[in-house]
Amino acid sequence: MNEIIRLEQIKREFIVGEEVVRALRGVSFTITQGEFVTIMGTSGSGKSTLLNILGCLDVATSGEYYLDGVSVRQMSKNDRATLRNRKIGFIFQNYNLLPKTTSIENVELPLMYNRHVSHSERRERAIAALKEVGLGDRLTHRSNQLSGGQMQRVAIARALVNDPVIILADEATGNLDTRTSYEVLALFQRLHRDGRTILFVTHNPELASFSSRTITLRDGRITSDIRNDRIASAAEVLAAMPKEEEE
Amino acid sequence: MDISNLLKICIKALLNNKMRCFLTMLGIIIGVASVIAMLAIGNGSKQSIRAEIGSMGSNMIMISPGNGRFGGVRQSGSSMQTLKLSDYESIVRQASYIDKITPTVQSSGQAVKGAKNTPTSIYGVNEQYLDIRGYEIASGSCFTESDILHANKVCIVGQTVVNELFSDGTDPLGQTIRFGKIPMKIIGVLASKGYNSMGQDQDDLLIAPYTTVQKRVLAINYIQGITASALSEEYTDQAIDEITKILQTNHNIRIGQDNDFNVRSQQEMMETMSSVMDMLTVLLAAVAGISLIVGGIGIMNIMYVSVTERTREIGLRMSIGAKGRQILLQFLIESIIISVAGGLIGVVLGVAAAKIIALFGTPTAVSTFSIVLSFLVCVFTGVFFGWYPARKAAGLNPIDALRYE
Repeated sequence: MNEIIRLEQIKREFIVGEEVVRALRGVSFTITQGEFVTIMGTSGSGKSTLLNILGCLDVATSGEYYLDGVSVRQMSKNDRATLRNRKIGFIFQNYNLLPKTTSIENVELPLMYNRHVSHSERRERAIAALKEVGLGDRLTHRSNQLSGGQMQRVAIARALVNDPVIILADEATGNLDTRTSYEVLALFQRLHRDGRTILFVTHNPELASFSSRTITLRDGRITSDIRNDRIASAAEVLAAMPKEEEE
Repeated sequence: MDISNLLKICIKALLNNKMRCFLTMLGIIIGVASVIAMLAIGNGSKQSIRAEIGSMGSNMIMISPGNGRFGGVRQSGSSMQTLKLSDYESIVRQASYIDKITPTVQSSGQAVKGAKNTPTSIYGVNEQYLDIRGYEIASGSCFTESDILHANKVCIVGQTVVNELFSDGTDPLGQTIRFGKIPMKIIGVLASKGYNSMGQDQDDLLIAPYTTVQKRVLAINYIQGITASALSEEYTDQAIDEITKILQTNHNIRIGQDNDFNVRSQQEMMETMSSVMDMLTVLLAAVAGISLIVGGIGIMNIMYVSVTERTREIGLRMSIGAKGRQILLQFLIESIIISVAGGLIGVVLGVAAAKIIALFGTPTAVSTFSIVLSFLVCVFTGVFFGWYPARKAAGLNPIDALRYE
């Protein structure tokens, strides 16, 4: 299996005034292609810092990080920007869609920063990504005309459109109600089955059973790293739920 | 990211905030429009004054008696009797830069024909006066040297006088009118010249031999002035020097003493008027320019607000691969679009305003220079005032920007 992410003794320290805050105190793990990893931890455990480093938004104070075989630590800001553009798909808790902008335009955005993608190819890929997340009938809807679940699915399509080696989701279901959360989770599971590598950061322990592996962080260290052979199906949970309309 | 993508993003962002975008533009629109309109008014007035003065003869030189002392009391120039016919004659004899020259005497009074009369002025000159002032004879002829020699009672009349005295349509040629008590035969009618820049009616006059006016109207033996024309415009200064020297010798004025005469050229007047108008134009443009700066500050203000408001968007763009430079360009281009679009609308409005002002009688002239200038100032304003907000946007940390509430 291809190694997508390799962390070697990643440490990250912040200097706040006189004090040194150690957010990460030596984190090492590897993620191979096709894994669906949940990173769990309470607030202050360092999971956000870890996500920023994995997403090439931040660099470690020490330790090595290889993304798809490339060392990130020595890269310049601009090179990291290009790396993010080509290899990473971000999904945020609050969707971060551009306001008053259509689904297609939102999804096209990452490709706008890639000069090798032509106008027509950009559009085709955006439409394909939106169809993949089941929004083929919402192509020209503006972001303010969509529900929370739909907005998050547009955001997922945006993360898929550049065909990234890994999808980083930060509390992707945090703003959604239970039912929509499971819908989005089911979508993630489908993407996982299709061979995507997904890293899902959450503080919600319930979500762990839906992924193939759970890494738990505490005080900047990994406290457990468990493989899950019996992945629960979000689609089944969804089917078992009473329909909202009937309530 | 190529520039067309960037432009698309910018236009999209601006269209998402049409009202704000328009209001920001308004500052620039008003600034540019007023700069163009003001410069047009300034230029228009200047051009019309130059044209008026030019039509009087730009190489014209006027010699008048200067301020002098009479028993210790300073006298006004017009009451002085220092210019004599001999001065005129010596200039004619000695000056080499002079083309045409005439002595002038002038009087005001009532011109009468039958039951009709009109107040007017009579100019006593020689036959060269018409060429110097640019008058043309529409019908009839000018008086001759013999008329001057004998102080014949003949005159040439201006259109205004003709209109007043011959309103019934009779041909004024050959008719006799009275100026004061002196009967005069009309031998010529002047072509109309209209009003000059000072608002004087240039057709409200009689022209007669200077001897006639001196002897029969005013009963004086001095002259009130000399009007001459230099060989051409560029010889005006030499001509003035020459005349000054001749008159100084004639009047026995020693070095260091005040001249008892003035020599002025039309060109000098034109330059004085032009410089006054230039100053006025600069003043108007400065006032308008200030409003352009205020407009620019408006852009800066809005771009700052916009950067703050769109912090999360900037964070998102960075996280999906936008480089700092691309964010900088995006915001810079947005402010340039606002200022350039505002500038274009301002140019159109400014030109329209100038045309409308012209309809109300104030002469205006829109110069290409003012359009190019204000447009360039606009682009500059966009870059200058857009730079700092754009820098702020580009300098944001994507992690913080994404979390910004």
